[in-house]
Amino acid sequence: MARIVGAVATSHIPLIGKAIAMGWQNDPAWKPFFDSYSPVQDWLRSVRPDVAVVVYNDHGLNFFLDKMPTFAVGAASEYTNADEGWGLPVVPPFPGHPELSWHVIESLVADEFDVTSCQEMAVDHGFAVPMALLWGKDDRRIKTIPVCVNTVQFPLPSPARCYKLGQAIAHAIHSYPDDLRVVVLGTGGLSHQLEGERAGFINKPFDLMCCDAIAHNVDPLLMLSSRDLVREAGSQGVELLAWLVMRGTVSGCATQKHFAYHGAVSNTAAALMLLA
Amino acid sequence: MLTHDDIPGTIVFDGRQAMKAYALNKMCFSFNDAANRESFKRDEDAYFDRFGIPPDQRAAMKRRDVLALVRSGGNIYYLAKWAGILGLNVQQVGALQRGITEEAFREMLRQESV
Repeated sequence: MARIVGAVATSHIPLIGKAIAMGWQNDPAWKPFFDSYSPVQDWLRSVRPDVAVVVYNDHGLNFFLDKMPTFAVGAASEYTNADEGWGLPVVPPFPGHPELSWHVIESLVADEFDVTSCQEMAVDHGFAVPMALLWGKDDRRIKTIPVCVNTVQFPLPSPARCYKLGQAIAHAIHSYPDDLRVVVLGTGGLSHQLEGERAGFINKPFDLMCCDAIAHNVDPLLMLSSRDLVREAGSQGVELLAWLVMRGTVSGCATQKHFAYHGAVSNTAAALMLLA
Repeated sequence: MLTHDDIPGTIVFDGRQAMKAYALNKMCFSFNDAANRESFKRDEDAYFDRFGIPPDQRAAMKRRDVLALVRSGGNIYYLAKWAGILGLNVQQVGALQRGITEEAFREMLRQESV
């Protein structure tokens, strides 16, 4: 039987991808940030996951407003990356695990999560930056399943719904017959806002409250609406929804094994959390 | 339709906004492709014509008025690709909307997150 060995939440800021591509890991401004990933990289080496389920949000690379799924699950044998229009460094494609993807899709729909299945899916920095942070930008040994949550166009799913999606993903994985070790990533955040007169908004107390809640007691966050998230975390701070999916996949059993917070990296603070 | 007007300085991109600027967002989505970015750089007006961009949004693009574009229904995720063609980073896009310098914007981010 497949099992979830743990879950990781991390920021996915594009500038981090650039720092990796440029080899700035030992630059004094960046070293503390990259060093904070070592304990999670060590943990990954010890648990040796076969598959990463990567919960993130598309930033207008794969999905346009013509068709905007609330929840989309990749079912491809590989997922390509692109420069997203800003000349971001492009990384090699990520291998998929279509058999497990289809099992997850079947199980989610049976559990009343009517997801969109995608046999072609380009993955952007929301997916690629965390993969590079955790495994290195060219390491393609782990297979992946992208799970995309709409944060582009309202209405967005609620925090509680995202948490329940995580629980349903866990149910799906635990019912897969093959012996696979699965790690779940939730990417994005923290509070930030790119547009409007409030551009540049950061809410550190809310960020720290959310991280603490996700680690220890998620209930207060499940009372919030997505609109509340915009107010408290900014219009892009709603990326926290991916962290809630991640938390849902390890509901009840995992505890926080590592946490790091860094002040503004680009337009948002950054954080890393391991639950196992 | 549920609106989100009570969040200060924030224009939530909902159906109401999405209806206003479908062509603008579609044009910006096309900038994922490098060849399209080159076409735009070669002849902005021809590219605007191709997507049927209305005059007010063309004018806002020409004067780099990000806030006007957001208000008129532009979605920041797609507008970011246009900003990329202009060589603007996200701090510059933020500073333009705030009406402050990039340095002041960066300092604000630092103060908020220390």
